[in-house]
Amino acid sequence: MKRFIGFVRKEFYHIFRDPRTMVILFGIPIVQILLFGFVITNEIKDAKIAILDQSHDEITKEITNKLISSGYFILEQKLKSNNYIEDSFKKGNIKEVIVFESNFEQKLEREKKASIQILADASDPNTASMLTNYTSALIYQYLRELNGEFINNVQITPEVRMLYNPYLLGVYMFIPGIMAMILMLISALMTSISLVREKELGTMEVLLVSPLRPLQIVLGKVTPYFFLSFVNALSIVLLGKFVFGMPVTGSFVLLMIESMLFILLALSLGILISTVSDSQQSAMMISMFALLLPTILLSGFIYPIENMPAILQWIAYLMPPRWFIIIIKDIMLKGVGLLYVWKETLVIIFMIFLFIILSVKKFQVRLE
Amino acid sequence: MNNITVKVENIYKSYGDVEAIKDISFTVNNSEIFGLIGPDGSGKSTIFRIITTLLLADKGNVNLLGFDVIKDYKKIRNMIGYMPGRFSLYQDLSVIENLNFFATVFGTTVDENYDLIKDIYLQIEPFKNRLAGKLSGGMKQKLALSCALIHKPEILVLDEPTTGVDAVSRKEFWEMLRKLKEKNITILVSTPYMDEASLCDRVALIQNGEFLNIDTPDNIIQQFNKKLWSIKTDNMYELRNDLKNYEYTETSFAFGQMLHYTDKRKNVEKTEIEKFLSSKEHSNIKINMIKPNIEDCFMDFMTK
Amino acid sequence: MDKHEYIINTVDLTKKFGSFVANDKLTFSVKKGEIFGFLGANGAGKTTAMKIMCGLSKPTSGHVNVAGYDIYTETEKIKKNIGYMSQKFSLYEDLTVYENIRFYGGIYGMSRKNIRQKAENLLTKMEIKKYRNNLIASLPLGWKQKLAFLIAIIHEPQIVFLDEPTGGVDPITRRQFWDLIYEASHNGITVFVTTHYMDEAEYCDRISIMVDGKIVALDSPENLINKYNSKNMDDVFVKLARNPSVKL
Repeated sequence: MKRFIGFVRKEFYHIFRDPRTMVILFGIPIVQILLFGFVITNEIKDAKIAILDQSHDEITKEITNKLISSGYFILEQKLKSNNYIEDSFKKGNIKEVIVFESNFEQKLEREKKASIQILADASDPNTASMLTNYTSALIYQYLRELNGEFINNVQITPEVRMLYNPYLLGVYMFIPGIMAMILMLISALMTSISLVREKELGTMEVLLVSPLRPLQIVLGKVTPYFFLSFVNALSIVLLGKFVFGMPVTGSFVLLMIESMLFILLALSLGILISTVSDSQQSAMMISMFALLLPTILLSGFIYPIENMPAILQWIAYLMPPRWFIIIIKDIMLKGVGLLYVWKETLVIIFMIFLFIILSVKKFQVRLE
Repeated sequence: MNNITVKVENIYKSYGDVEAIKDISFTVNNSEIFGLIGPDGSGKSTIFRIITTLLLADKGNVNLLGFDVIKDYKKIRNMIGYMPGRFSLYQDLSVIENLNFFATVFGTTVDENYDLIKDIYLQIEPFKNRLAGKLSGGMKQKLALSCALIHKPEILVLDEPTTGVDAVSRKEFWEMLRKLKEKNITILVSTPYMDEASLCDRVALIQNGEFLNIDTPDNIIQQFNKKLWSIKTDNMYELRNDLKNYEYTETSFAFGQMLHYTDKRKNVEKTEIEKFLSSKEHSNIKINMIKPNIEDCFMDFMTK
Repeated sequence: MDKHEYIINTVDLTKKFGSFVANDKLTFSVKKGEIFGFLGANGAGKTTAMKIMCGLSKPTSGHVNVAGYDIYTETEKIKKNIGYMSQKFSLYEDLTVYENIRFYGGIYGMSRKNIRQKAENLLTKMEIKKYRNNLIASLPLGWKQKLAFLIAIIHEPQIVFLDEPTGGVDPITRRQFWDLIYEASHNGITVFVTTHYMDEAEYCDRISIMVDGKIVALDSPENLINKYNSKNMDDVFVKLARNPSVKL
C-alpha cells in the first residue's frame, strides 16, 4: 500500500508540475462547455412558417397557437390549399409548412389517430431537421397536455431527443456529448501519454526491474486520472446546471456512478493504447483519431445516428461514448433509474472488462 | 563454486534479421567489477537487459545468485539495481523526490539504506530540492546511481553510466564504484570508453554481438604479442600518410599526439623505422617501444 | 599576427539566461584551417557558445565574428559558410544515402550538376558506391557518422562545427573519422570540435577548456600538458575542471 501511495503521489507531482497537462485537464473542459454552450447553439428563433389547416377545428387551432407562442416560429402565411405550398417555399422565406388533414379533431376522437404533415425546406438540411424536430416536439407536448393516450400515430417523424427536452434548448444536446468527449479525452489520452512517457524516458525499465507488479504500475498510473476525471465530470454537471440550467432530473448518485464506469472504460482504453504505442506522439495520434473523432462523429453527439448509412450505424454500436450518452441523457433529462439504463450500463461494463483483459494481456513484464 | 554471482551460458538474441548477440557466455564473481567494453550497437545493452530479466534470450541460460532469470524473475528483481542507458530519472521531480519515489517502489526508505548511498548522496545533497531535469550530467549520474542503490541490491547493473559525461565526473563515478565493491556489491558495467577497462577487475571486449576477449585487463594486454611503437614527428599529418603507404606497416593508429604503429616484420628495430621516416624528410623523430593499452588490444582483436 | 588569419573572433562573448551566466566574457580566436578543440565539463557552457557561433542564438553582449561576418546582423551569411554535425542530429534515417546528399546539397543552393559530382566523389572516397540507394537506417553506425561528416562539408564551408561527433563508435572507426577531419583541415576547412574523449583532444591543433562558463585554458595540447605538469590531456582536464582556482 505504501508503494501504491508513493506511486500515486509521484503521479500527482507530474500532473501539477506540467502546465500543459493542467490546461488539458482543467482548462479544456471548461472552455469546451462554454464554447458549445454559448457559441455553437443551433437553436432556432423566429423561423417563418406557413400553415395549411384543412380542418379548422379546436385542436388544430390550439396546436397552431402553441407553435406560434413558443417563440420559435412566426406564422408568415395561412395557406388555402395544397397548391400553394410549393409557391410559398419557392418565394424563399418560408422554412416550413404544417398541414393539418381535414376532420382532424374528429379523426382523433374516433380513430384515435390523426396526421399532421410537416414539410421543411431541406435545402438547408440541418435547419430543416431541427425545425421538424422542434415542431414535432411541440406537438407531442401539446398532445401530452391533452392527456390523451391515443396519440401514438400522428404521422410525423418523432425525434426522441427533442421529446424530453421540454424547453428545446441546444445545450441539452451538447452537455452529455461534451461530457463523454472530455472524459474520453482526459482519461484515455492522458493515461496513455503518461504511461508511454515512462517508456520514452527509460524509467519504465527501472519500474519493470523493481518488485512492482505490472498491475501496480498500471493502477498507480490510472488512479490520479480517475480522480481528476471524476472532478471533471462533476464540474461539467455543475456548470451545466448553474450556467445553462441543465437539470438533473434523475438520481445524481446514479449519474455519478455511471460517469465513474465510463471513466474506467476510458482509462482502460488508454492503457490499451499505451501498450501498442512506443512514443508519446503515436499515443496522442491513436487517442485523437481512434477515440476523439469517432466520439464526436459517431456517438450521436452531433450527428444523429439514425441518419447515418447502415454500416456507420453498426460501427456506432461499437463506440463506447454512444452508450454513455444515452445513459446520461436518460438520467439527466428523463429522470429514469437504473431500471431503464441497465442494458447500456451492461454494455459499458462488458467493454471495461474487455479492454482490461486485453491490456493486461498486452502489458508485459518485460520489454518485448 | 559459490563465488559465482552471475552465470551466463550461451545466450543468443536476434531482432528480426539482426543478430544482436551471438552465443555469449561468461561468469561474474562475487563483488567483482565486470566491464563490458564495446562500441554502440555491439550488444552490451541487450546482454544487460537479459540479465535484468527485461528481455528473454532466444537461447541460453542466465543464473543470478542461483536464480533463473526466466523462472525466478520476481526474486531477481528484488536483488538487482539497474541503471539503464538513458538516465532514467523523472525530470520533473526533485532530487529528493526521485530518491523517495524509488525507495517506496522497492518497499524501503531512504533512511534505512542511507549508509550505502551516503558518500554519493552527500555530493548532491546541496541540490536536493532542485528538479532532476535541471542537474548537470554528472549530478544526474550520481542521482541515478543513488536511486539504483536505494534498496541495497546485491548486484548492480549499470548500462553505459559514463556515456556523455565529462572526464571529471567519469573519474568520480569510478571512484564510487570502487567503494561499492568494497561493500560487497557485484557490479556489471558497460562502457564505450576503452580507457575505463583498466578500472575493472575483469572485462569482456565486445564487437558485433561477439566477445573478442574476456579476461583481466592485464592479461588481455599480455596477449598483445607484437612490438608496439609510439611515433611522433614534427609533421603528424604527413606522418600518417607516410606510414599508411609504408610497405611494412601493419597498423598505424592515432593516439593523442602520437601514432601507435606495428610492423609486419617480426623483429624490426627502431632504427629501421627511423631510417624510413628520415628518408621522408621527417624531423624531430621520436620512436619508443610502448606497452599497449586496452584500446590497442581492442583494435588488434578487431582486425584479426 | 594578421587579423585575416583568424576565422572566428570573439571578444567578451557573454550569454545570460536570467541571472545564470552560461558564457562569461569568452575571448578567443580560431585560426583558419586549424582543428580547434572546445572542451569543458557537462554544463560548462560549450553548447551555448557553439549555438551562438552557428548563428542559432544571439549573445547577451560581446562581439562575435564568424567567417568574416557579424553574429548580430549577418547570421544568414554565416549559416551559408558553416557546416554542422552532431551525434544526435545527423542524417535522415528514412532517406537513402544519395537522397540525403541531394537534400543537404540543395539546402545550400548547390547546382544539380555540382551535387552529382560531389556525391560521386564522396561515395568513392568512402567506398560505398554500391550503397548509394540504401536507406541510412540500414548502414552501420560508424559509416553513418563518417557520411554525416562528409555531407556536413559537402558545400565546402569555411568552418565545420562538430558536436561530440564520435560518441559511441568503435576505436577504429573513430580514427577513420579523425582521418577525415585531418583531411578537411588540410584542405583549408576550419574544424571546431567538442568531445569527451581526451585522447581526441590531443589530435587538435589548439584546445580551449571551459569551466563554469569561462575559458580557463587555451593552447596547444603539448603546451598545456607541459604547463600543468601532466602526462596527458586527461590529467590537464581533470586538474582544471576539478579545481577551477588553478587558472592561467
